[in-house]
Amino acid sequence: MKENIVIIGGGIAGLEAACQLLDLGYKPIIIEKSDHLGGHVADWNCLFPDMTPAGDIVSALISKAADANIFLNTEISFVNKLQDSYNIMLSNGISIITRIMLVTTGFSVFDASKKEEYGYGVYDQVITNKDLEHWFNTGDDRRVNDSAMNAIGFVHCVGSRDEKARNSQCSKVCCITAVKQAIEMKQKFPEAMVYCFYMDLRMFGKKYEDFYISAQRDYGIRFIRGRVSEVSENIDGRVIVKAEDTLSGKPVKVTLDLLVLMAGMVCSQDSTKVANMIKLPLDSDGFLKSADNVADIIDSPKEGIFYAGACTGPKTVPETLAEARAAALKIHLYIMKK
Amino acid sequence: MDFGFKLSPSSAINLDKVDTEKFAELHRAEPDVYKCMACGSCTSTCPANRFSGMSVRKVILGLQRGKEKEVIAMMKNCMLCGKCSMVCPRGINTRHLILSICRIYGEDMK
Ligand SMILES: Cc1cc2nc3c(=O)[nH]c(=O)nc-3n(C[C@H](O)[C@H](O)[C@H](O)COP(=O)(O)OP(=O)(O)OC[C@H]3O[C@@H](n4cnc5c(N)ncnc54)[C@H](O)[C@@H]3O)c2cc1C
Ligand code: SF4
Ligand code: SF4
Ligand code: SF4
Repeated sequence: MKENIVIIGGGIAGLEAACQLLDLGYKPIIIEKSDHLGGHVADWNCLFPDMTPAGDIVSALISKAADANIFLNTEISFVNKLQDSYNIMLSNGISIITRIMLVTTGFSVFDASKKEEYGYGVYDQVITNKDLEHWFNTGDDRRVNDSAMNAIGFVHCVGSRDEKARNSQCSKVCCITAVKQAIEMKQKFPEAMVYCFYMDLRMFGKKYEDFYISAQRDYGIRFIRGRVSEVSENIDGRVIVKAEDTLSGKPVKVTLDLLVLMAGMVCSQDSTKVANMIKLPLDSDGFLKSADNVADIIDSPKEGIFYAGACTGPKTVPETLAEARAAALKIHLYIMKK
Repeated sequence: MDFGFKLSPSSAINLDKVDTEKFAELHRAEPDVYKCMACGSCTSTCPANRFSGMSVRKVILGLQRGKEKEVIAMMKNCMLCGKCSMVCPRGINTRHLILSICRIYGEDMK
């Protein structure tokens, strides 16, 4: 089939949509900005709630999508609107004429150094959820000192639900990620005390509540209801965390060897750049705006342009994959109708 | 008659008996007061908390639970330094809120 289908972003959303389109007999084109496929999931270690190895998901998708036209290290330089199609100029000099684009540009992890009071980038014992996944994968992070791990803390809602960080949204996946990572740390350091500082626990998905119960009963993770207000360093290089324990109504203070900030999901600048080029609107939460947030998340307000995955808001892996499949079918039906 | 024990007043909160009028007035003046998610950041940064127990979180909750007297007593320790306003993740102007509470609940303060 001759029809060009351009997929912008080679994360799991772009890859899954490409696999489905290949099965339907098309030859989609994937444009990926970085030097590898898989997006964020390629950086994760194990996925909640069943601890599925992220690498397995990504490598299966990559091998299934191998027959697509894949451009790595490539971005869109500009887009010209033609009569009823678009002319896309790529950074590698290739130009493509298409009437169908699937935007799968995903999200960014909130830059935790913007929350100065948490000391990311200042204190050596403060890392993010993303750094911890990297450490699970590689064992390489000088900030994680295996030999002295007596107390570990997780701070929920970093850069989410926070008007001071200009993001009042809940990032949805970080509560369950904190539960997952807390369990993993307790498995690695059974003697350590592990604390989660939360305001509300959002266990919305299949088996998440079971995961939370297991964190409490089987692993003894301490959940403290209060937002961390301040982090400082003491003389022996540990960090002191302060909060109000709102359930007892008393201030709490605890000294930790490692503090993990649950940085949230925000719309990536690369997504907004693409949105600007094709004149796609942004929603009030900063993510790309769908035609309808209930009935039609996959359609953009522009004809021939579709979305899948975390470019329209925080999503889990199964949600992203489901949207990618739905988008492939939508594109197929769109082509059939013409 | 001495039963060897005395009846103490119930500590339960009876929402049927809470005076909601003043809080409604406060809400008109400070619509953001309902945005509080009780995270405790204000309390944790408050310099008056350590010695007096002052807590904006408890003030906001207490006024909605018919605990005006306790709240007013607590508020006398506020130095209006504004640190709580700087940390509130819901962007509530807590310092301004405290001033409005003083104005609206002024009589109870005497
Ligand atoms: C710390 C953390 C842990 C998580 N753990 C889990 C988990 O255990 N289980 C789970 O279900 N979910 C988890 N998630 C959510 C999961 O990461 C997302 O659901 C998933 O990454 C969404 O995939 P995506 O393809 O939509 O976006 P992304 O993964 O962000 O991929 C987008 C891709 O598009 C590329 N791109 C962006 N802009 C452009 C452009 N302009 N041109 C070309 N390419 C571009 C990017 O380089 C990237 O490769 C986690 C999220 C976080 C933050
Ligand atoms: S999912 Fe949990 S940690 Fe993440 S923003 Fe929402 S409430 Fe906060
Ligand atoms: S303004 Fe009052 S309540 Fe707020 S931090 Fe200062 S002393 Fe505490
Ligand atoms: S910091 Fe703001 S949201 Fe948090 S308890 Fe205080 S007033 Fe409420």
